[in-house]
Amino acid sequence: MIITTKDLTKKFGNLTAVNKLNLEIEEGEIFGLLGPNGAGKTTTISMLCTLLKPTSGAAKVNGFDIATQPSKVRSSIGIVFQEPSVDDLLTGRENLEMHAMLYKIPREIRKKRIDEVISLVGLEDRADDITRVYSGGMRRRLELARGLMHHPKVLFLDEPTLGLDPQTREHIWSYIKKLSEENETTMVLTTHYMEEADMLCDRIAIMDAGEIVVLDNSANLKKKVGGDIVLLKMDEPNLERIRKLSFVTEAEMKDGTVQIKIKDVSKNLQKLLCKVGEIHSVEVRQVSLNDVFIHYTGKEIRSGEEEGGFWERVAHAEVNR
Amino acid sequence: MIDGDAIYAVWLREVKVYLRERERVISSFVSPILWLLVFGSGLGASVSLQGVSYQTFIYPGVLVMSLLFTSIFYGIYIIWDRKLDFLKEVLVAPVSRTSIFVGKMLGGCTDVMMQSLILLILGLFIGIPITPLVFVYSLLILLLTSFAMVSLGLVIGSNLKNQEAFNLVINFLIWPLFFFSGALFPVSNLPSWLSALTYIDPVTYGVDALRGAILGAQSQAFPVYVDLSVLIIFSLVMMWLGTISFGNMQQSK
Repeated sequence: MIITTKDLTKKFGNLTAVNKLNLEIEEGEIFGLLGPNGAGKTTTISMLCTLLKPTSGAAKVNGFDIATQPSKVRSSIGIVFQEPSVDDLLTGRENLEMHAMLYKIPREIRKKRIDEVISLVGLEDRADDITRVYSGGMRRRLELARGLMHHPKVLFLDEPTLGLDPQTREHIWSYIKKLSEENETTMVLTTHYMEEADMLCDRIAIMDAGEIVVLDNSANLKKKVGGDIVLLKMDEPNLERIRKLSFVTEAEMKDGTVQIKIKDVSKNLQKLLCKVGEIHSVEVRQVSLNDVFIHYTGKEIRSGEEEGGFWERVAHAEVNR
Repeated sequence: MIDGDAIYAVWLREVKVYLRERERVISSFVSPILWLLVFGSGLGASVSLQGVSYQTFIYPGVLVMSLLFTSIFYGIYIIWDRKLDFLKEVLVAPVSRTSIFVGKMLGGCTDVMMQSLILLILGLFIGIPITPLVFVYSLLILLLTSFAMVSLGLVIGSNLKNQEAFNLVINFLIWPLFFFSGALFPVSNLPSWLSALTYIDPVTYGVDALRGAILGAQSQAFPVYVDLSVLIIFSLVMMWLGTISFGNMQQSK
């Protein structure tokens, strides 16, 4: 186990941000902490990075205790923070040079190592530009390069694609995947994007209100919630009758459609359609992580919450008028 | 504990950032020049002190004032570093917080000294009596004062949680430090309440030493060794507090 935590807890005054967290993360995996804003993901990572002292409990990273051996922990890890952390008055290369000095990369191999990571994230052409003129995606790539430059055992990624456009996001995902495969670095990432966790992570811990609600790989999580979902549009649905069918696990009305969770959809869809009577339309979709999340927490994560700013609300108001 | 590479890395960053932020560099000259040319000449037209023109009299004080402002602003600036995650990148590196503090402090002192150097050269042009020896001696006094003030700024910056406190620091710390330092008036023969305040203001001793260096020993209120000892002791205490503050610095969420 590269990371273990035991009853790791952080309180800010009355608020318990992380509550008795017990985690075991294996070497080489991409581990995801998924949860809404305020679930305690960043706090957890900050404690593991030695930037925050836990209120109680303990954790080990690469065999070193975060409370008693912080500088050994720091030598073992790399971090890509949630907020921009490159110095925007330095060039990309200067940012990396500073990092190399701070992480004691020997002078002889500094230049080689810097060139290596620059080409790894495809910033060769822009490495000597001041990072103030970089796009959000380029900064992220530079931060990834920086986090990996000293060959850490564990790389922490705090919301690596927050606020990036979909195309850039996919770009970053493919870099993260490539980096994890090529360097065998353990990666711990936090996200509130379902598809991000789904795409990247070997195992996912769903976090809510400072606790881990469930932890497994994506396929198993979906399997646990069970079956697929059939959406029917129809007049006068008889929910009682639908619920009594042996292969139906759940049925409810939502936004004018009947949502039915059923086992083995390929076999049972026909039977279902025969029993329910006349319908207007049918749609089948597989269980998503979002369904898993709702199942375990009773809440929905709205992705894009962050972007929904003032102008978006203005736009809505316009439409509603 | 002390790590040369890390100190150099942090120092280099500060110097590069300073040289690239031209607006900040240029604006740091505006107020000392206004003080000297407008206030100095304006009031100087009808006032002279200790046998020299008022402009010449306040020149050491204005030099220390600009040092004071630049130093404390530099220290408080880390609140902004902190708001972004830039500071975290440094704090999470496997180097001692003492090294980070020393690198930051030396970076700030370098900025301040570059500025002081230019103001000293400017002094030659407005007729301040600066010989080569005075020039070097003044730089040494300014360097010592900058150790004290940059460290003080960093102690404040690393303990402040938000930018709103910024105005408090300006109004309740920097301006009083400046006004009570005797930068604009001689500190001898003051009413006792004012005299007491000037004695506890560490900036007083920087101004006094510099005034002695530039205008001659007769203009000093304290012996040189008192000035220098106070500055050295104050610097050491601030550096000690600074390393503790940096050691305790945590992320805010």
